[in-house]
Amino acid sequence: MIESHELTKYYEDFLAVDSATLNVPAGSVLALLGPNGAGKTTTVRMLTSILAPTSGSARIAGYDIIKQPAQVRASVGVLTEQHGLYERMRAVEYLDFFGRVYKLDANERKKRSLDLMERFGLTFALRKTLGEYSKGMKQKLALVRAMLHNPPVLLLDEPTSAMDPQSAKLVRDAIIELQRDKRTFLITTHNLAEAQELADQIAIIRHGQIIEQGSLADLSRRIVGDPIMELHTREKLNGAAATIRELVTVEESGDHWLRYRVADPNLTNPIVLRRLIDSGVEVVSLAPMSQNLEQIYLQVVEDDEAKGRKDEHLR
Amino acid sequence: MNTSVRPFDAGIPTQTTTPENPSWRTTLGNALIITRREVRDSFRDWRIIAPIFVLTFLFPFLAQVVASSFSGFVASYGAQIIGDRTIPFLLMIVGFFPISISLVIALETFVGEKERRSLEPLLSTPLTNTELYIGKTLSAMIPPLVSSYGGMAVYLVSLLTGELQWRPPAMLVVQIILLTTVQALVMVTGAVVVSSQTTSTRAANLLASFIIIPMTIIIQGESAIMFLAPDAESPNGIGALWAIIMGMFIVTILLLRVGNAVFNREELLGRTIDSLNLKGSLRKIGHYIRAVDDQGTPARNVIEWYTRGMVVSLRHARRELRIVFVFFVVSLVIGYIIGNLPGWQLGLPSDLPLREAATNLDSSVALFFGTDPIIGIFWTNARLLLGALLLSLFTFGVAALILTPLTYLIIGYIAAQLAVSGYSPTILLSALLPHGIIEIPIIIVATAVAFRLGAVITRPPKGGTVGHAWTVALGDAIKIFLGLVLPGLLIAAVVEAFVTPAVVAAVLGG
Repeated sequence: MIESHELTKYYEDFLAVDSATLNVPAGSVLALLGPNGAGKTTTVRMLTSILAPTSGSARIAGYDIIKQPAQVRASVGVLTEQHGLYERMRAVEYLDFFGRVYKLDANERKKRSLDLMERFGLTFALRKTLGEYSKGMKQKLALVRAMLHNPPVLLLDEPTSAMDPQSAKLVRDAIIELQRDKRTFLITTHNLAEAQELADQIAIIRHGQIIEQGSLADLSRRIVGDPIMELHTREKLNGAAATIRELVTVEESGDHWLRYRVADPNLTNPIVLRRLIDSGVEVVSLAPMSQNLEQIYLQVVEDDEAKGRKDEHLR
Repeated sequence: MNTSVRPFDAGIPTQTTTPENPSWRTTLGNALIITRREVRDSFRDWRIIAPIFVLTFLFPFLAQVVASSFSGFVASYGAQIIGDRTIPFLLMIVGFFPISISLVIALETFVGEKERRSLEPLLSTPLTNTELYIGKTLSAMIPPLVSSYGGMAVYLVSLLTGELQWRPPAMLVVQIILLTTVQALVMVTGAVVVSSQTTSTRAANLLASFIIIPMTIIIQGESAIMFLAPDAESPNGIGALWAIIMGMFIVTILLLRVGNAVFNREELLGRTIDSLNLKGSLRKIGHYIRAVDDQGTPARNVIEWYTRGMVVSLRHARRELRIVFVFFVVSLVIGYIIGNLPGWQLGLPSDLPLREAATNLDSSVALFFGTDPIIGIFWTNARLLLGALLLSLFTFGVAALILTPLTYLIIGYIAAQLAVSGYSPTILLSALLPHGIIEIPIIIVATAVAFRLGAVITRPPKGGTVGHAWTVALGDAIKIFLGLVLPGLLIAAVVEAFVTPAVVAAVLGG
């Protein structure tokens, strides 16, 4: 649904995005992560046919971003970095205006506006002027605007920033629901917990380059190694750990617990458990340690910084 | 069109067909969606409503009272004509004041929206750049123009029904309405160009002086014309005002072209800072001066700069070269045709003492070009071409296209005079060809380069920004002037100072 190949953007001499290649299938969510000024917004703008790439190509919902910009823009719903609402308008007028721009007929404009406003808990504010809206309400209304024409692709820049936890959950639930309905999402965010919850794929962009890309499990394995399992026992382990050393890499251990790294938990964990039980150890729990996107992200950025320093030194 | 309206469980909708090249009707329809929203928004802003109300309903009454009192006052001193001319002048002022608001609205509409970041959601919609541009231009023009026409109507009605009972010449009213409209168009289209170069309303307001100052001068000129014009009572209107209307209409078209070129998503979102990077700009220009290809590879030596770099720069200007060549030929032909018209013939005597003149050619050359004819001739030509280059910058290339070919209009005219009086064409050819073989192509190239430098902002290459296109054009212009035009003019001056007089003398038998 979103495919880009070697997408590059120069602002005169400044390289903002360098050969970004992305592939987001229908019904999946890609979280594009990166520090401020990394090239996230420029990538989104190119994928929306707002900015023309200097080189490379991309297709959104089957449309070419260079040759079919109007079709691309009709197929995407965009939540921009700043919500950019017209503060003197009422919500109902605002949505009617964008509905007209997207060529929805009068009934459809009204029906979809009311349904979406209800879904995001904004019905009470339909007739308020947007200047009276709180930050979170504005963000939700901007999301309603992005979803108004029922686009197959949604590009959301910081979708839950400025929202209270309840509203943020409302938005995340909406994204999950729409994803089930085969909508495709590209989300840029600094909220790594949110990215971890929503995204099927993660791409990390830095200095315009996508430095890592893949599913959370893939990235975790690649960046921080095999998954780590944590095991707790009723009695002291004593020498029981030695019985599993040939199967796994024991990282740390205590009297009643140990942590080990394993390449294929599905295959190895049952064997580990059997051996421990056979040696008379009662296992209380065995669980994977959470794969933390923050840990992966910080590791990737740190590695890239180190690589940059090394390159600089060589020059 | 979406098949269902239920959110979240509607499935992927069938995509709306968005035409690649929408018809004019569709374009206008889409533009009007923008216009309606913006006009409604403007009318909710008391800062716009209050002056519009005052200028539409109160100021015209005040103007009418002033007109009546002033007319009576000057009439009491026997200067009735001043009073008579003041009444239409005030009509123009009543019409102009409200349209000055169009500049404020245009700056607010374009740069204000950019500043508030509300432009990007609009740019993310399927609307085309042209639709956005037309929509916003109309929205900046409609409220002030309605106020302006309303104010003029109030003024006219109050004059018609008041003690003066003034009946204006219909054509004068038409002229003032047209003037008001083109002035609004110039200000709004100029504001779009200004807005594209800024990211804050503050900066836009500062730059707007480039619109306000010329407009004020034009208004002063119009006022003087309305007071002094001998054809003020003519049923055809005031001739000079028609010229101003036409001139401003042309400026509007040029500004519309520039606006259309700069009002695109790339320009609007690509520019994020207003700071001037003089060093960076000079470095870029230097880079294009040295470049030998489109990728900007610098020349390794002077020979490569000439053989490759110059060719690349000339190729960039090939469209302008063709246009300028046509203008030169047409100017020559028009000059010749005018020279043949009976009313325009000088009637040269058929027995001019040419043989005698041939013996004094050196002193004639010295009379025109001073004691050092090479420098004199060189400087005369260089000054003209550099002047055309400079003026071209402020006139979108028009000055280069008019000023330089004017010389060839004169040559055509002189050729016609000689032909009509029975002189051999070899006389003129001998005076032109020896140095003209070098000078004429050089002048065509220089004019084309100057024309391109002014015109490139009205039509930047597809996919490029105006700033980039202009920087490349400036680099090319400097390169061609330094490497080709100035050395060429110097060689032509040497030939003109020493060879041409000898050839002319030989032809005339001196």
